Amino acid sequence: MNTLSGTWSWLTTATHWSGPDGIGNRLGEHLFLTVVCLLLSCLIALPVALVLGHLGKGGALAVNISNIGRAVPTFAVLVLLLLTPIGTYGQWSTIIALVLFAVPPLLTNAYVGMREVDRDVVRAARGMGMTGRQMLWNVELPLALPLVLTGVRIAAVQLVATATLAALAGGGGLGRIITAGFNLASTPQVVAGAILVAVFALLVESLFEAGQRLAPNWGREAA
Amino acid sequence: MTAPPDDCLARNEWICGAYLSSRREILWDAALQHLQLTALAVLIGLALAVPLALAARRWRWAAGPVLGLTTILYTIPSLAMFSLLLPVYGLSAALVVTGLVLYSLTLLVRNILAGLRAVPEETRQAARGMGYGPLRLLLAVELPLALPAAMAGLRIATVSAVSLVTVGAIVGYGGLGNLIYSGMNTYFKAQVLTASVLCVVIAVAADLLLLGAQRLLTPWTRRQA
Repeated sequence: MNTLSGTWSWLTTATHWSGPDGIGNRLGEHLFLTVVCLLLSCLIALPVALVLGHLGKGGALAVNISNIGRAVPTFAVLVLLLLTPIGTYGQWSTIIALVLFAVPPLLTNAYVGMREVDRDVVRAARGMGMTGRQMLWNVELPLALPLVLTGVRIAAVQLVATATLAALAGGGGLGRIITAGFNLASTPQVVAGAILVAVFALLVESLFEAGQRLAPNWGREAA
Repeated sequence: MTAPPDDCLARNEWICGAYLSSRREILWDAALQHLQLTALAVLIGLALAVPLALAARRWRWAAGPVLGLTTILYTIPSLAMFSLLLPVYGLSAALVVTGLVLYSLTLLVRNILAGLRAVPEETRQAARGMGYGPLRLLLAVELPLALPAAMAGLRIATVSAVSLVTVGAIVGYGGLGNLIYSGMNTYFKAQVLTASVLCVVIAVAADLLLLGAQRLLTPWTRRQA
């Protein structure tokens, strides 16, 4: 297999790992994009979902946002933002597009998690004289946590996958190795980049899976 | 450019009627390619998913590997998936279709399997008692009852496929994604916005169409509700 050996020698060439276009730097960019966007989208989606779930309102909103989010191509959003004035400010167009992409699964899972908490438990908490805030923090949130975390995991993996698309719109990240390979018409580099991206995505997926296994016992059932 | 200097194309506006009328053919071709790629991928995905789901249900040992493998395929980013298939297919439409088929498999297999598993055992026994053989049981009882869950998966797979086709622009077979890609490189705002909106319109239309088909195919679910 010509491509395989070419890919292998591309991956094992030391100069491909260092420098601004090197694998190390691209991996760092990819990780940075994923982490920043995950934190931002959690900060936006989770408070909204938890409060709406606590109040028991906005279910249709969460589902609809989720459905619309699926229909809008992320690549289109990336390019649209790039062509607006935001596009001139470094990575911001990429970050905004990725956050918009990660919010729907977080919102839906957190909302559903809050609503699926046993109503008897909630009534018992109210009977014990808990305030709404105490109920949210001490009863509903701990019980909803498995589904909330599943949402975070889905969002994280999708972010890793979608951050790859940033390269199509001139952004950084591991996808850049693939697009550069296309521009050089170098199939070994394209395949090497694809393998790196795939391994990174699978690594993040298994990391979250291991994290969920290590979580407290009640976290295991709903997942 | 033969266009007069003071129209919306020359001013590079986001919304431009002149663009729509002058590039109607290009838009039509791109939308058609988009539809063909999506439809082909979803149909092939469905043709593969049904036997896989049936096998996973029939033999307990098959369920783990089938679900595990399709989930791993789903985790691989789309750009990487298309790139990994490059040595096999070269720059072709088959590459995009294969990538999309692999994506739709997870959603379809999971939902069909969930639907099949949700068929009540009593229903199955009643059919058997009425003298239904395994094949007739499957075709006349189990598959129809699994249809609502399967259709839910099909809708998600189709909508996702419509939006993922755009990434195929990297190999030149991205339907409307091609227009977005070239519009980005030439800073052509009207082209990018028009193609993006068309993508969403196609996704929503496909979703509604499948919803309608589901209602027609499963009249019994309406009577209950």
